[in-house]
Amino acid sequence: MWTDFPLFPEQASSFALKVDGIYFATVILSVFFAALVSVLVVYFAIKYRRKSPDEITRQISGHIGLEIFWTAIPLVLALGMFVWSTVLYFHITTPPANTMEIYVVGKQWMWKLQHPEGKREINELHVPLGQPVRLTMTSEDVLHSFYVPAFRVKKDLVPGRYTSLWFEATKVGSYHLFCAEYCGTEHSRMIGWVHVMEPQDYQNWLTGGVANEPMEVTGQRLFEQYACHTCHKDDGKGRGPSLVGVYGKSVGLEGGGSAVVNEAYIRESILNPAAKLVVGYKPIMPTFKGQISEEGVMQLIAYVKSLKAPELTSVE
Amino acid sequence: MAIAEHDGSSSGYAAPKTNYLNNGYGLKSWLLTKDHKRIAVLYMISISIFFAVGGVFAGLIRLELLTPQGDFAHSDTYNKLFTMHGVVMIFFFLVPSIPATLGNFLLPIMVGAKDLAFPRINLLSWYVYVAAGIIGVTAILAGGVDTGWTFYTPYSSTYSNSNVLLAGFAAFLAGFSSILTGLNFIVTIHTMRAPGMTWFRLPLFVWAHYATSLIMILGTPVIAITLVLMMLERAFGFGFFDPRLGGDPVLFQHLFWFYSHPAVYIMILPSMGVMSEMIACISRKRIFGYEFVAFSSVAIAILGFLVWGHHMFLSSQSTYAGMVFSVITFLVAVPSAIKTFNWTATMYKGSIVYNTPMYYVVGYLGLFLIGGLTGLFLSNMGLDVHLHDTYFVVAHFHYIMVGGQVMGYLGGMHFWWPKITGKTYSDSMGKASAVLVFLGFNLTFFPQFLLGYLGMPRRYHSYPDEFQILNVASTFGATVLALGYLIPAIYLTWSIFKGPKASQNPWGAKGLEWEVADSPPTTFNFESTPVVTEEAYQYGPIEEH
Repeated sequence: MWTDFPLFPEQASSFALKVDGIYFATVILSVFFAALVSVLVVYFAIKYRRKSPDEITRQISGHIGLEIFWTAIPLVLALGMFVWSTVLYFHITTPPANTMEIYVVGKQWMWKLQHPEGKREINELHVPLGQPVRLTMTSEDVLHSFYVPAFRVKKDLVPGRYTSLWFEATKVGSYHLFCAEYCGTEHSRMIGWVHVMEPQDYQNWLTGGVANEPMEVTGQRLFEQYACHTCHKDDGKGRGPSLVGVYGKSVGLEGGGSAVVNEAYIRESILNPAAKLVVGYKPIMPTFKGQISEEGVMQLIAYVKSLKAPELTSVE
Repeated sequence: MAIAEHDGSSSGYAAPKTNYLNNGYGLKSWLLTKDHKRIAVLYMISISIFFAVGGVFAGLIRLELLTPQGDFAHSDTYNKLFTMHGVVMIFFFLVPSIPATLGNFLLPIMVGAKDLAFPRINLLSWYVYVAAGIIGVTAILAGGVDTGWTFYTPYSSTYSNSNVLLAGFAAFLAGFSSILTGLNFIVTIHTMRAPGMTWFRLPLFVWAHYATSLIMILGTPVIAITLVLMMLERAFGFGFFDPRLGGDPVLFQHLFWFYSHPAVYIMILPSMGVMSEMIACISRKRIFGYEFVAFSSVAIAILGFLVWGHHMFLSSQSTYAGMVFSVITFLVAVPSAIKTFNWTATMYKGSIVYNTPMYYVVGYLGLFLIGGLTGLFLSNMGLDVHLHDTYFVVAHFHYIMVGGQVMGYLGGMHFWWPKITGKTYSDSMGKASAVLVFLGFNLTFFPQFLLGYLGMPRRYHSYPDEFQILNVASTFGATVLALGYLIPAIYLTWSIFKGPKASQNPWGAKGLEWEVADSPPTTFNFESTPVVTEEAYQYGPIEEH
């Protein structure tokens, strides 16, 4: 057990290098200022050591030029670092367009994950190399936080909300997955592994084992089981709006304003239907709060996402 | 001598020396005292007890983390240990540490007053603190609490099976003792300064306490009401924070950190005031850029109210809110840098003496530098994604709160000990303890920066094997640190009984508490109201520039 003691985490995602870059830049800056002040303090302490007990010093009350100097330098450096870090943050939090979607539900004390193709995992996540992956996450109970140090990514899971993070793995291997937000008794055992595989191996893994039902198919079954389809008719003539092709679009809301149909909006509309009513429809939909599990909601979302509008044949 | 007695006719101290310590001996004379100095001593005793209790919890935490398996205590026990370490150290030691002891003792003397503006309220604040402490201890004895000192919902309000209500109420009550202290300080500084003690002649210790008091009275009510909301949700199911009851867990974090971030500055600003006094004295120099140091305290207090969201970069707070909190957090670096550079410049062309206070000053500067600079890593949103909730954060805030505030508290204790007790301690023991604390502290917490960047999350009872060596180093350091704290406790206590008598001004320091008040001071501090005729820290002739 005393064999492997790294002092620096592996770099296994596309932004690990960028995060480490700003880290080392900040280290250098810090070492510079720490050394500057330490050297001055030690130098003054030696040079101006009290020679006799009644030594008298000449008093210097201050120097306005120096004050401006050492106010301006930290100010400029701080603002520069702010800009750099914010640019990096936007990069880390803005997924590219072609991400693969994986759904994560945290609960005391395990990670439940599902791939759109239907494969489910607990405390393990298999992802292909070189493919941006986006996680849509929520919690069934308390706060959790999804953390993969080798990828330099982390995001809280908040009950009642969707949060998301993305990464692109750049190195085949297995990496620690930690829960980083304290969640109770077995918090430190709410850990697992992220396995990065060659894309072909990933495909084999995905299709291997027991046959899995894709999430959208499960979602469709739920859609019928909960009788959603009796109102949400595809032709738009039902008592609820048609859901065909709505994903990613903006819809007008009753009482003004609009909302983009994304995961969070669909979730809210299932659990709290009256919150953001599509214009022209009445608040007649019952809530499904407590009736559909978080995973069921995610499967329904996968189904709604799969409802693509039929290709328009007419030419512009 | 530029500081004169107001009434020239009152000459000397012919009567047998009475001071605040020998002016009444019974228990009642202490428990019903209205003397700010006695109340300071009461606080000193009580917070020392809590420091020891919190320290024992810390020791047990470090013992558990010696091995990766989590084999020393059950995970529930471990979770209670780190929670109670945090609750005890923050609410019952760090927040009152310097203000309620050194501040209480020195602030009225430094401004030239007989006492604080509201002596009875001052005593009340101690009783409130003790009541809160008893409730806190009850919560511990009844089985403890396991929510983390942050009481995050919905874990605290719904899921935890521990004594959340008792512990929350203890923290709630302790807040009122800070509010009372802060109020007392502000009124005293505004209304009770001696003739000639203008705002810009106030010792920087007073400025730092003014800034601290502002935070205490403006921030503490917010945490009080937040804890009440959490307790209402837990006890009666009112839905504030649990989404199943229609609440929002992130709302709790906003409310909690709106106080608890400024509270971080309650836990560092007073130590900055202590350092300003000590650096001036050991360098025999006026503080370089006095006004800048004074206003940087106020700037830190104000900025401190606008940065709470940096605890929530990953909480699903909006990116743009995050940006605002990030930039304001970066700005806190500016007043902190101003202080550091001005302290350093104070030593320039000084007359620097190598005594115990000097050792503490140098140690403080080193630890505060590291603590402050590592803040730059965490205000940085891109880096915080990786570092949030890891040991990097643990190391950073211990450098500030322990490396800063506790170092300042201990240093200040050594500096004003002759004034408070009228006794002196061995200087070489003092120096040895300062070195031991400095080394032990760095050994304990520096490895935690590395652990944090490696990715070890906070509040982990067991951990992967590869983190072990750094954890062992940290536990070893904690042992040295514990020794560094134990030794002063012994020789300082010993000095009370057997130490040689201290002179009125053993360090040759400037300030009313050294030049006018006795060691220890009389009950009303001064024979007659002093008149101040010179700037603070006038250690010699002023150089023109």
